[in-house]
Amino acid sequence: MARHRNVRSMNYSDEYDGYDDVYGHSVEDEYCISPSDEAQFMYDRTRQPQISAFFSEQDNITEEDESLEQTNDRKNSDCFIRPTLSDLEEAKLRSCLEEIRNVIGDSISEKILVETVLKCDFNVNKSLDSILSNATSSNEIISEDPKPQRVRRERDRGARKCGVSADVEPNGKSSDEVAKETTATGKPPVKVVPPGVKTLNITKGFDVVNEKGDSAEVIENLRSSNAVTPRSQSPGSGRLSPNNPEGDSFDVEAGDKKAVKESGKTPRSRLHKTDALALYKQDRAQSKSHLHLVVIGHVDAGKSTLMGHLLYTLGQVNKKTMHKYEQESKKLGKQSFMYAWILDETGEERSRGITMDVGQSKFETHTKIVTLLDAPGHKDFIPNMITGATQADVAILVVDATRGEFETGFEMGGQTREHALLVRSLGVNQLGVVVNKLDTVGWNQDRFQEIVGKLGTFLRQAGFRESDVTFVPCSGLTGINLVNPPTEEKLVEWYKGPTLLDVIDNFRAPERPITKPFRLSVNDIFKGTGSGFCISGRVETGLVETGDKVLVQPQNEVAVIKAVTIDDAPTSIAYAGDQVSVTLSGIEMQNVSVGYILCDTTQPIPVTSRFEARIVVFNIKVPITKGFSVILHHQSLSEQAVITKLVAQLHKSSGEVVKRRPRCLVKNSNAVVELTTSRPVCLELYRDVKELGRFMLRVGGVTIAAGLVTQIF
Amino acid sequence: MKLVHRNVDKDGEGVIALVPEEPEDMWHAYNLIAEGDCVRASTIRKVQNESSTGSSTSSRIRTTLTIRVEVIDFDTQACMLRLKGRNIEENQYVKMGAYHTLDLEVNRKFSLQKPEWDSVSLERVDTACDPTQNADVGAVVMQEGLAHICLITSSMTLVRAKIDQCIPRKRKGNVQQHEKGLLRFFENVMQGILRHVNFDIVKCIIIASPGFVKDQFYEYMFQQAVKTDNKILLENKGKFMLVHASSGFKHSLKEVLMDPAVISKIADTKASGEVRALESFYTMLQTEPAKAFYGIKHVERATEAQAIETLMISDNLFRVQDVKQRKRYVTLVDSVREFGGDVKIFSSLHVSGEQLDQLTGIAALLRFPMPELEDEDEESDEEK
Repeated sequence: MARHRNVRSMNYSDEYDGYDDVYGHSVEDEYCISPSDEAQFMYDRTRQPQISAFFSEQDNITEEDESLEQTNDRKNSDCFIRPTLSDLEEAKLRSCLEEIRNVIGDSISEKILVETVLKCDFNVNKSLDSILSNATSSNEIISEDPKPQRVRRERDRGARKCGVSADVEPNGKSSDEVAKETTATGKPPVKVVPPGVKTLNITKGFDVVNEKGDSAEVIENLRSSNAVTPRSQSPGSGRLSPNNPEGDSFDVEAGDKKAVKESGKTPRSRLHKTDALALYKQDRAQSKSHLHLVVIGHVDAGKSTLMGHLLYTLGQVNKKTMHKYEQESKKLGKQSFMYAWILDETGEERSRGITMDVGQSKFETHTKIVTLLDAPGHKDFIPNMITGATQADVAILVVDATRGEFETGFEMGGQTREHALLVRSLGVNQLGVVVNKLDTVGWNQDRFQEIVGKLGTFLRQAGFRESDVTFVPCSGLTGINLVNPPTEEKLVEWYKGPTLLDVIDNFRAPERPITKPFRLSVNDIFKGTGSGFCISGRVETGLVETGDKVLVQPQNEVAVIKAVTIDDAPTSIAYAGDQVSVTLSGIEMQNVSVGYILCDTTQPIPVTSRFEARIVVFNIKVPITKGFSVILHHQSLSEQAVITKLVAQLHKSSGEVVKRRPRCLVKNSNAVVELTTSRPVCLELYRDVKELGRFMLRVGGVTIAAGLVTQIF
Repeated sequence: MKLVHRNVDKDGEGVIALVPEEPEDMWHAYNLIAEGDCVRASTIRKVQNESSTGSSTSSRIRTTLTIRVEVIDFDTQACMLRLKGRNIEENQYVKMGAYHTLDLEVNRKFSLQKPEWDSVSLERVDTACDPTQNADVGAVVMQEGLAHICLITSSMTLVRAKIDQCIPRKRKGNVQQHEKGLLRFFENVMQGILRHVNFDIVKCIIIASPGFVKDQFYEYMFQQAVKTDNKILLENKGKFMLVHASSGFKHSLKEVLMDPAVISKIADTKASGEVRALESFYTMLQTEPAKAFYGIKHVERATEAQAIETLMISDNLFRVQDVKQRKRYVTLVDSVREFGGDVKIFSSLHVSGEQLDQLTGIAALLRFPMPELEDEDEESDEEK
């Protein structure tokens, strides 16, 4: 056991010259250990994302207990003297022991074995049964190093207390979890067959499995195709145990199901829609709802600083790091940027003092887990902002309240307008407007009202409902009215509304299209740790599990999902709306590029280079004609495209055809056009999948139109 | 191109002999030669000789052949022009009517005989032989992960290299991959420039990008140049120009060519003039839609009313094989000129020409509004 530890923390380059030769082998191969032992001792990221949680369990143990017990244990094992037996009996005993050892290995001390065998009159089956049901910690102590024993014994003691007989558990589910769950629900113990038989028929796994209610049916459903499957031996196949209301049974089954999944590769499509939904509900019902929040606004409105300060106040950034940023930014003479540095990480961004690519972070409110996307405000980085906005459910629009600054950002070709229109066209309908830097105008209420008035009118025109827009006065740099209610007298005088955090907390989480076929848009490709490479992106629809086969479109290649990670925590399943990174294998890294879609193999996404769309033309200087070359932004993809046909001009509100085959499209008109992209792209009809049916058209750094895909040729 | 000899009679029939001097001249030749023309040029042909004893020997012989062109093949990247046709002048090696493919070569004279030299062709000969119209510009349009290295000559824009590379985004606590990827990308672009840009020819090299990519790249390139002691780059440092562009796609070259700083440097190249003309067309379409029209039908009608001020036409249209069609366009051009209009023949190899091609290939700015054209629109469209 401890050797594992050593191996893990070993400095490979010093200790192990030939490491590269065996790279890729699992360490487990070389150090034999039963899965149950491993489940107990080894920190398994798939089950406990936080390593600290793993360690904290040890803290419960009092020192005295340990030493006492330890000495007892030692006595048990070390000073064991075999009872005297006749030759015949001795021979019987030996053969029995051998048999038993074949099954259970060395995990149980000889003393226990001998005693049990004697008790059972040298009957192998009987004694095996009783050994396994009586197995206690005392016999395990022999095994190895004293260090991890603390954990183990503590756990086993817990197990014994509540009368769980199961010690050895084959599917990577540690017995202490079972034990805890049993304690909680008071259910009878789960009867488990020993690991020795784990290669047998799967249905032998748990006696209780099939008696369970509907969740068992899910499993049955999955299992139907391959009833006899060797159980997966991988201890890593368990997944993040959800707080599900049904108690222990589902957990066990989930692991069970997982095993089937991994070995049998049941195609996702087999999973009925309702099952997907049921699975999602079981998994996520208890946890806080997820929300993707994009922060937009004109350059230098203070987006990064505001969000950086919010993260710092919420304790997402530790003091030490903050202090470092403070010192370093001071050195550069840009102390006011210290909070922005939390989100702006590249050297270029820091030295220039502007955000260039979308920064990502995460925090929690009372009811939500919020993924924060900090979009760049500069005009040139709107393509990056679009990739951020396509992933967002809600948005925070930051405006600078300083005199003159708001006006430049809003009226004189600033990005406030464009950003607001963009997020609206990309399907964001809830908006929080942060009137930032209000301290520079002395928390003047009139100024606040002036901005609210101007922006309110514009946002209504842009299509936001009044009830979905909230205005908050804030100061990002000084941190007033972010998390805690304001203390600034001038503000308290007139402002009684919510803080920024309250506003975020009050956003409604949208429905996730779980039941639709799986789609994931590739946002980033990078080398992960270990083998293969990672892609990150958002699961747009459906769900994805490790071991799934997916189709990479438009390349039309099949790849296998090796691992799924949400927020650096490995998990085995991800649902629509999750921001994930997945490790792929079976495809070359250079064959995947940003903007590709991973999808279900049985229901692939349409690939096309010609499609018809309904577009809303923005405020443009140059009319759109046939042959206009534009850049198509769709999810993270940007591709060159040409408007090949103007099919019809539509009435703005009624949608009726005003003119067929117009010569050109002027500003603020609606139309149906035909687009041809220079390379094939993946698109969905808007009526099928909203997320993948929206796109933006840009020319020369200006957004000229937003569109919805109506027909794919 | 050098004009060696010209003999065109009143009806337009005649022979012109030319010597192409640079790759771009092949493009002009491509636009001049039509199917059915006779081309005489020196070429290499494999000839089989049978001796009296019956043994045959084959040898490669340089000879001058005249063929009637049947197939024209132009490779834009290599600037190669191939003409396939039947021999019409028998000589000792090649029989009458035998097929041969002529490969026009730089610095070798060829003579072209046309049944009719129209105004457009003659103008093409003039422009091709104008030595002042020589301005080669290298341009790199880039954005993070995408770069096009282009060569802009007066009548062509050639994409020499396209670098499309995926750069990992910045991620929480992992910016190294992003920065590494970016450097790798810069290195590739730099190698592309060194390989494809001939610093002896180009007047200047434009580096255009959104944001700070161009500055980062410029800095990186000269850091590397100093490090590796790259003389070519260091000596030509003054030729580099940093310009803003909205993206790294090829069509943003249009914006680059509109930039005042660029215009002042390459004012006389055809490319920037074309871009400006097209831009004014679009502006007119926005402000006074009744004064800007596109499509052959509308434009012809406007010509009848002598309304055309500027005619923009893509050279693609003149390459049609149908003689009637070509005549239609030529008459259009001639009549516009006759009434004092300005005719701009766009090169379909430029970005602006590409766009005009998409826009039916023909567009016009009028002297006075003709709203009646717009109304007829719908009826005529129904017919299509």
